[in-house]
Amino acid sequence: MPETLAGRNPAGPAAAGRPVVFRGGGFAPRPVGPLGPLVFIVVIGLWELGSRIGWIAPLILPAPSEAFAALAYLVETGEIWRHLEASVSRLVIGWSAGMVLGVAVGFSIGLFSIARSGLVPVVAALFPIPKIALLPLFIVWFGIGEGSKIATILFGTFFPTVIATYGGVDNVDRNLIRMGQSFGLSWLSIVRKIVLPGALPAILSGTRISASIAIILLVAAEMIGAEYGVGAYVLLAGNLAATDQLIAGVAMLSVLGLVVSWLIGRAERYFLRWRS
Amino acid sequence: MDLHIVGLNHRYDDMPVLDGIDLRIESGRIVCLIGPSGCGKSTLLRLIGGLEQPTDGAIRQVGAPPDGCLNPLTYIFQDFALLPWRTARGNISLVLEDHGLSERETARIVDDVLARTDLSDFGDAFPRQLSGGMKQRVAIARALAVNPAVFLMDEPLSALDSQTRALLMDDLIGLWTREPFTAVYVTHNLQEAVRLGHKIVVLSRRPGRIRDQVAINLPLEDRTDAVAELAPTQRYLWELLREEAQAADRELADA
Ligand SMILES: Nc1ncnc2c1ncn2[C@@H]1O[C@H](COP(=O)(O)OP(=O)(O)O)[C@@H](O)[C@H]1O
Ligand SMILES: [Mg+2]
Repeated sequence: MPETLAGRNPAGPAAAGRPVVFRGGGFAPRPVGPLGPLVFIVVIGLWELGSRIGWIAPLILPAPSEAFAALAYLVETGEIWRHLEASVSRLVIGWSAGMVLGVAVGFSIGLFSIARSGLVPVVAALFPIPKIALLPLFIVWFGIGEGSKIATILFGTFFPTVIATYGGVDNVDRNLIRMGQSFGLSWLSIVRKIVLPGALPAILSGTRISASIAIILLVAAEMIGAEYGVGAYVLLAGNLAATDQLIAGVAMLSVLGLVVSWLIGRAERYFLRWRS
Repeated sequence: MDLHIVGLNHRYDDMPVLDGIDLRIESGRIVCLIGPSGCGKSTLLRLIGGLEQPTDGAIRQVGAPPDGCLNPLTYIFQDFALLPWRTARGNISLVLEDHGLSERETARIVDDVLARTDLSDFGDAFPRQLSGGMKQRVAIARALAVNPAVFLMDEPLSALDSQTRALLMDDLIGLWTREPFTAVYVTHNLQEAVRLGHKIVVLSRRPGRIRDQVAINLPLEDRTDAVAELAPTQRYLWELLREEAQAADRELADA
């Protein structure tokens, strides 16, 4: 039997020598329980307290309770639904049209040399233009009504989607594509089953960027000539110096943003469940 | 189906990579390709499988591929090349989907190759859940599914640790002894070459030329315990390889 060293490993006198000092750890932040909601409650509580005591003048910043009352009034009168309906439908139409067109153009840039060399410079030139600067032009083209607002959102979300999509297509593992070719898969199969899922993570993270751009543009567009919509409501409140309504409107926008980001998170979890 | 490679030359821009390769790959035999790294082994395999076009020369398929063959020249890649968004079954059915098979026929083939690679319990696992060895088994199952005429394996075991490598080597030998297949097996590992190769082709450093071809007649299933008998062959191959590797190692990368 081969001789083993098991059981012949004397540790020596326990006290001899210095212990090794631990110097690892850290650099791994983790969510700590209900700290997030707690911060919200504390900040709003302090704000309410400051308003009640009189540290914060009501004209400068209304108390949270007043903003809440304004919101409650909106719900009571049912006005809130008209504003939300107008805003959400503009957002959904403009954003989904921008996404669909952006993904289509992004794919053609990612797949075809002619599209790449023809369109990339155009995208690079148009992407940095603040789309809100084009709103007056869109009003001339598409009218003061829904058309110009949706066009602004569409344009604003189109370009980041194009860039995210063709970046995603470029980053698809070439070995997987070569694998597909080596098994004789058709071009369409390779695009559908290898390139599209491979680019999906990038497209979905592009969605987050384009969603926040869409909300910013929505409000801006609604501030120019809209009767209903959260942006119009906030603008009107500002003009009347009704800061409680203004805060209520801003809170609605914040919730809208949270809902959109939650939905994207759900979509990511569903479509990317193959990742860890 | 045999493959005849005749007068094959290949260059990238001005750099010759393969020079005058003449080689026959016979049906039911495994040809091992060894050579120093950068000598053009992977390039040769890509040319054989039609993923690249040779500058010069020809690769001919002689004879008919086996019945039910869906993809005569089929690769097994070093990095497995599994789609991370598909399960083991999904990765295998991927290569069947374009052939208009019925759902039942597809399922039958997938079940069969999963069983042959000992993966029946892992059909629904995603690649991220599998160890390297299991991933390569899935890739082997996927290749078996299209019933190829020739397997083209580019260092299929190089990404694995040595124990896993030994296990998969046994699996490959088992697969071959149960049902002989034709393969070109690229490796830089001499033990693998002498255990698996009916013919071992040694390439020189770049530009790759054939230094020598060595036939080993000992049946594959008898080689595990025949270390002593194989030792002279292995030593001879090492002598050949050593000169080339040494010279290749001392070359400047951009020379
Ligand atoms: N697509 C390519 N373009 C240019 N040079 C390449 C390409 N593929 C491989 N090479 C070069 O050809 C030589 C042989 O490469 P390769 O066939 O991968 O070698 P091996 O697999 O034997 O290590 C290397 O010098 C490599 O840099
Ligand atoms: Mg290689």
